Amino acid sequence: MNQLSTPPALSAKDYASDQEVRWCPGCGDYAILKQVQTVLAELQIPREQVVFLSGIGCSSRFPYYMSTYGLHGIHGRAPAFAYGLKLTRPELHVWIITGDGDGLSIGTNHLLHLLRRNLDVTVVLFNNQVYGLTKGQLSPTSPPGQVTPSSPWGSVEFPFNPVLLALSAGATFVARTLDRDLAHLRMVLARAAQHRGAAFVEVYQNCPVFNDGAFARFTEKESKPWNALFVEHGKPLRFGPNGERAVRLRTTTPEVVSTEEAAPSELWIHDETDRARAFLLAQLWDDPFPRPFGVLYADPSKPTYEELFFEQVQRARQRTTADLPALLRGRNWWHIGNGER
Amino acid sequence: MYSTTPRRDVTIVFAGDSGEGMQLTGSYFAHTSALAGNDLATLPNYPAEIRAPQGTLAGVSSFQLRFGSTEILTPGDQCDVLVAMNAAALKTHLHLLKRGGLLIANEAGFDRRNLRLAGYPEDSNPLTDGSLSDYELITLNISQLVASALADSPLSVRERERTKNMFVLGLLAWLFSRPLEPLEQLVREKFAQKPELLEANLRVLRAGYAFGETSELFASRYEIPQAPLEPGTYRSISGNEALVLGFVTAAHRAGVKLFYAGYPITPASEVLHQMERLLAYEVYPLQAEDEMAALCAAIGAAFGGHLGVTATSGPGFSLMSEALGLAVMLELPVVVCDIQRAGPSTGMPTKPEQADLLQALYGRHGEAPLAVIAPATPADCFAAAYEAARIALEWMTPVVLLSDAFLANGSDLWRIPELDSLPPIRPPWATPEHRSNGTFLPYQRDERGVRPWAVPGTPGFEHRIGGLEKEDLTGNVSYDPLNHERMVRARAHKLARLAETLPPQTITLGPATGELAVVSWGSTYGSVYTAVQECLQQGLPVSHIHVRYLHPLPPGLGELLAGFRRILVPELNSGQFAHLLRAHYRVDARSYTKVQGLPLTVSEVVEAIQRALHDEPALHPTGIER
Repeated sequence: MNQLSTPPALSAKDYASDQEVRWCPGCGDYAILKQVQTVLAELQIPREQVVFLSGIGCSSRFPYYMSTYGLHGIHGRAPAFAYGLKLTRPELHVWIITGDGDGLSIGTNHLLHLLRRNLDVTVVLFNNQVYGLTKGQLSPTSPPGQVTPSSPWGSVEFPFNPVLLALSAGATFVARTLDRDLAHLRMVLARAAQHRGAAFVEVYQNCPVFNDGAFARFTEKESKPWNALFVEHGKPLRFGPNGERAVRLRTTTPEVVSTEEAAPSELWIHDETDRARAFLLAQLWDDPFPRPFGVLYADPSKPTYEELFFEQVQRARQRTTADLPALLRGRNWWHIGNGER
Repeated sequence: MYSTTPRRDVTIVFAGDSGEGMQLTGSYFAHTSALAGNDLATLPNYPAEIRAPQGTLAGVSSFQLRFGSTEILTPGDQCDVLVAMNAAALKTHLHLLKRGGLLIANEAGFDRRNLRLAGYPEDSNPLTDGSLSDYELITLNISQLVASALADSPLSVRERERTKNMFVLGLLAWLFSRPLEPLEQLVREKFAQKPELLEANLRVLRAGYAFGETSELFASRYEIPQAPLEPGTYRSISGNEALVLGFVTAAHRAGVKLFYAGYPITPASEVLHQMERLLAYEVYPLQAEDEMAALCAAIGAAFGGHLGVTATSGPGFSLMSEALGLAVMLELPVVVCDIQRAGPSTGMPTKPEQADLLQALYGRHGEAPLAVIAPATPADCFAAAYEAARIALEWMTPVVLLSDAFLANGSDLWRIPELDSLPPIRPPWATPEHRSNGTFLPYQRDERGVRPWAVPGTPGFEHRIGGLEKEDLTGNVSYDPLNHERMVRARAHKLARLAETLPPQTITLGPATGELAVVSWGSTYGSVYTAVQECLQQGLPVSHIHVRYLHPLPPGLGELLAGFRRILVPELNSGQFAHLLRAHYRVDARSYTKVQGLPLTVSEVVEAIQRALHDEPALHPTGIER
């Protein structure tokens, strides 16, 4: 037996392609690209086993910047490429990179169906609440009133809450993170990458050109502690610079309390496996509530689409021996020739 | 004893309410005809509504079967025998019955209620008012005959009534001198789990046969001698079934998995149903959420190193346009079957048309050429699917296969090929030679202009492809003007090279040069061939050229066309292929077009040929030419 030498460990840089990255200076996409590469290196996933699929939009250029396999498809359809790829090559480590326009406008249908099926892939949705590549139009996550070239009088639409949508669709891993908190971003991406089943990660991503500062209150030093709630499994939902505030549940109604006044036993302890509470958590949105970040829901117990499908394949193969000539003949066939019939 | 009259070929139409089992009766009778050595073609026709009201014209379901001792290529323009189970069935199908033809009517289906639902005037009954005197009318009360055959059966009245199609089957088996045994075998298989129903159905089947023998209603029995079929193993097969087997066989031959994604749509859904059953045969099926997802999923499988296939019909085909353009850009092997139906928009979902030809050729933005192929008969769908898959896999190109509702649901005899007799399929797998300085070059073409296929999971061949224009060789994004033109031409050039490898176009029937070439494509093959055959027998100077490869067009077609003074192109559209031939070969191709959601009849084509030979314009039943 040949003793194979251990291949040298892969670094984050090894996952970068030789192509010049062409996002705008200061774009939040750079941070996400770097953290994805870092996570792949942490997990030491061989490059040839990784495939990045995408649709159209700024975020969807992502595959070109990776040294793995990649397919930059058409607008909104990235989840659909994954069906064919994962059913025929279930061993691959597939990522879907999408944005709020690609994944929640033109491609919402596919995204929801992918999550519903619980295909074993990682979906990263870059949410900048605006169309970047087409120069600044309204997106399905733009807040009411947003003024854009396509909404010069201010938007009269209500936005999607992507994590709530993903939960409703049946995603088995739902998380929210930000481009400006690298450690949190890396932690969430690493967990998503290791999740068995459809993992959905919404990343608040700043577009410095068309929607600069959209998430400032969650990222800036002054406002972040009061507006961002970083949830951790098994820990109370506390926020504020020194954890002065917390969320507690009165039956099904959340309310903000002062941790000085409320007893620790009254606080809402985050349980990421509790789907019902995940729905409540995902709905914390505006004042007086902070916006939750982190792994809101994770259920590794639900079987994946691939598992269920290949169980069926196994059953079919136990029942039927593949015999192509017999398949072609079907049930009713006959011979003609030499008087024989 | 009855005398037995030999017949060359016979067409029977079984027509009844959609719950009366006419499809089953017809397909069972087709099976005995095949076992008797006849060639045959069938055409089912059922309502678009799932449960149309009983007894109404909309609720009639019929099955047309033509069998004979010669080559049978169409299910027949008109029928020799019409079985009408109720008044609505008679009203909707009488026009198909030849003068002097045999009409078998179930009296029980002509009561006041049925007559009223079928729209016959109050107090009139076609069975008794003499209006059917042009036909040989046999009136039977099948419900009553079945009731007496099952007098002591434990079945409910409703269940007994449902066996009356077996009576018809038995009666026709007697009329056409067929042994009962093969029919009994089919019935045994169908009702294997239900012994009471099996017993009743067998009894009624035999009662029908015995009734023919003893009733003395019929002047003669008929016998159709065996057709001179090539030796081999045969089965009867529908177009959609044949497509499935063609793709399964091609994937097997190429050593790849078959990924199939489909979204339910008439008349393509049967392909999805059949694929879903074949998990044991390396088929990986998916019911997608829409047609865009279906084709994109197929593209994903092709990126993964397998054959991606989808089938749809007009509306779904339109939704796939964008993804087809992507498949052209990526140069990945996918096959899209468009089972054409009458359009535009929702149109007439169960009815055939050939009006998606130009869409298949040109219905994408940008310069997006791909291969287009059309099967000629239901059984030919096997060979066409195999060929479509071969072209896709060997040439790294999307292929559109244009079937239609007529081929999809119709069936004919199929001589099952030996697997070894099929051409090998050799995909252009990437090799280390496709790497330069350690980097794989996904668009480094071979001498045919075909790019290499490298599969995720393979170390050292990592690459990215996408819908943005790609730099030659590397596949990197490129906006270079000359590179774009080079790539546009390279994609077109590949198909031109493919054309050179296709079998040269030959004359299908008749002299190789002369007065008139009738050029057909797709499902009109049978009608046109039979019409040209009849015209040749009449001594008319006419030839048939049937074209299988619609893009790229096969070598030699232009030269063949140049050898004829006149060119007539019958089509189920407004003249799309004629348009193509005129543009491509600068020949004076004349159209004969029909857009009724119906196949061409032989007599229509014969008439069109006769008029063309006299340089008279084709007739159009609406009086509107265009």
